[in-house]
Amino acid sequence: MSSQNIHTTLGIRRPTRFVLIAAMMVFLVIILLPLYWIIVSATKNQAALYGSFGFWFHGPFNLWQNIHDLFTYRSDIFGRWLLNTAIYSLVGGGGATILACLGGYAFSRFEFRGKGALFATVIASLLVPTTALTIPTYILYSKIGLVNNVFGMLIPSLVSPIGIYLMRVYIDGSVPAELIDASRIDGAGERTIFLRVAAPLMMPGAVTVLLFTVVATWNNYFLPFIIFSRQDLYPVTVGLSLWATQAVAGGSAEQLYPLVVTGGIFAVLPLMILFVVLQRYWRAGLLTGAVK
Amino acid sequence: MTALSIAPRRRPAHGRATPYLYLAPFMLLYVVAVLGPLVYALYTSLFTSRLIGGSKFGWFTNYTRAFSSGQFWSGIGRVVVFGIVEVPIMLFLALFFAMLLDMGITRLGGFFRLAYFLPYAVPGVVGTIMWGFIFEPQFGPFVQISHWLGGGAPAFLNPGGILPTIGFISIWQTAGFNIIILFTALRNVPHDLTEAAVVDGASLSRIMMRIKVPMVRGAITLSGFLGIIGTLQLFTEPYVLASFTSSINTTYTPNMYIYSSAFGAQDFNYAAAISFVLGIVTVGAAVLVLLVRRQRRPDSAEVGAEAVA
Repeated sequence: MSSQNIHTTLGIRRPTRFVLIAAMMVFLVIILLPLYWIIVSATKNQAALYGSFGFWFHGPFNLWQNIHDLFTYRSDIFGRWLLNTAIYSLVGGGGATILACLGGYAFSRFEFRGKGALFATVIASLLVPTTALTIPTYILYSKIGLVNNVFGMLIPSLVSPIGIYLMRVYIDGSVPAELIDASRIDGAGERTIFLRVAAPLMMPGAVTVLLFTVVATWNNYFLPFIIFSRQDLYPVTVGLSLWATQAVAGGSAEQLYPLVVTGGIFAVLPLMILFVVLQRYWRAGLLTGAVK
Repeated sequence: MTALSIAPRRRPAHGRATPYLYLAPFMLLYVVAVLGPLVYALYTSLFTSRLIGGSKFGWFTNYTRAFSSGQFWSGIGRVVVFGIVEVPIMLFLALFFAMLLDMGITRLGGFFRLAYFLPYAVPGVVGTIMWGFIFEPQFGPFVQISHWLGGGAPAFLNPGGILPTIGFISIWQTAGFNIIILFTALRNVPHDLTEAAVVDGASLSRIMMRIKVPMVRGAITLSGFLGIIGTLQLFTEPYVLASFTSSINTTYTPNMYIYSSAFGAQDFNYAAAISFVLGIVTVGAAVLVLLVRRQRRPDSAEVGAEAVA
């Protein structure tokens, strides 16, 4: 804080400062432009979407009608997609976080045979791009019945090598080895030590990993796009892109354009709320990942 | 440690199996989700598909076919060019705004950081759909503005404009995430390093360029590394934009080529082989970034501090 105060009074002249703030404002406008556009657009009906200026409101105010249409179109399938996304993200992200806590704890606080090789294997897979894995995953899963199966989506979402890495780094820094040794001498069992001593200290790191794994699954497109052909299993990303394609291709025969726009808001809003509420954690957590 | 030496070897610190039990659930799923698909796809890629009679073992036939495929290489060439242009621009912007935020140019730094980060919470599909409609050449808002000003339709989605447009969308999507990474790294530079320079009367921009930026080289490498992996994997943006424009064909990027080989041509053996080639190219590029970083390591913060003083 004190260094920040020094900075503001130091070495930057008024005109320069004005230009720099203007640059920040321009970038802010670019960042917020599509979000502004989608809010404006969600209040329009199909005719106004095609016929009125995209960056300003145009009557009639159609937001409630759009939301109603969105959740009733094609036997309520949008609600189903949203629910699927929530389930995949919570189970996938939550499970991945628990596995990362357990695995990170083992790598951080134990010495065992094969530790180096196992950790290297996990870290190496950070280099393997997930999308390059997706077609191979499909090929294998089609043989073992995991295509068009929730587990075909959940299993890959449960594995987060970056989560293991982050938790190991976090535990190295926040769960003292002495504390664990002392608990062992006091006669506490391994399970008690993990649950009562280590886990509470791991929480801030775990919340960050949870945030990132939930977002990764929520935003995932390629994997569910490949794994699912049944529409009732789609997450919201795959469903919306299907409607967007139809909206652009099909013109106005089916009134899909307002649904895509309104649906986009529902696909984005939950994560935005999560990020605003949990600011403290993702800011601290990125620090862990960036510094080490 | 001291506690242990007071009570020497009363019993083993923990059961030998304990760490393996903690690791078992992750490693088990790791095998099913990562190693299994890799091994099985490697096996599949050695077979060639035939129209009649299933597939037959063909050693590296699919690989030689991939290496001699013009479509594959034009896709690779496109994403490489894309990455060479997009990643540096994105890194420059991210570092620029991270520095401004770190300098405390505005009191609203917290607000700017949150706002810049928001696109990270937008699924790539939704981001692309939004920009697709905004850039749409018939009824999109930009074409409307252009008409009022007496101009024609802007070339956002034309064959010449589509790649820069994809680059713009991915910068929009990823810059904020990198701004936060670089900002936290800049904030983490020890105060005593900068305070000496402040006392010596060095200007803020000199402190930034000579001390702070060299100190966060690791974070810049991380951002560049993630950026390169991302560009080589390009799929969502071009695939979604392909419904807005005919400028994008089905083999536009390597991942789209893999997808169309698998689900268009139904040749999964070949698709597995190209996945491997793409994976190897990506790992190669990532390792290259890490090697470049390692070579540059020696010039440290002290050198920077001396240069300022």
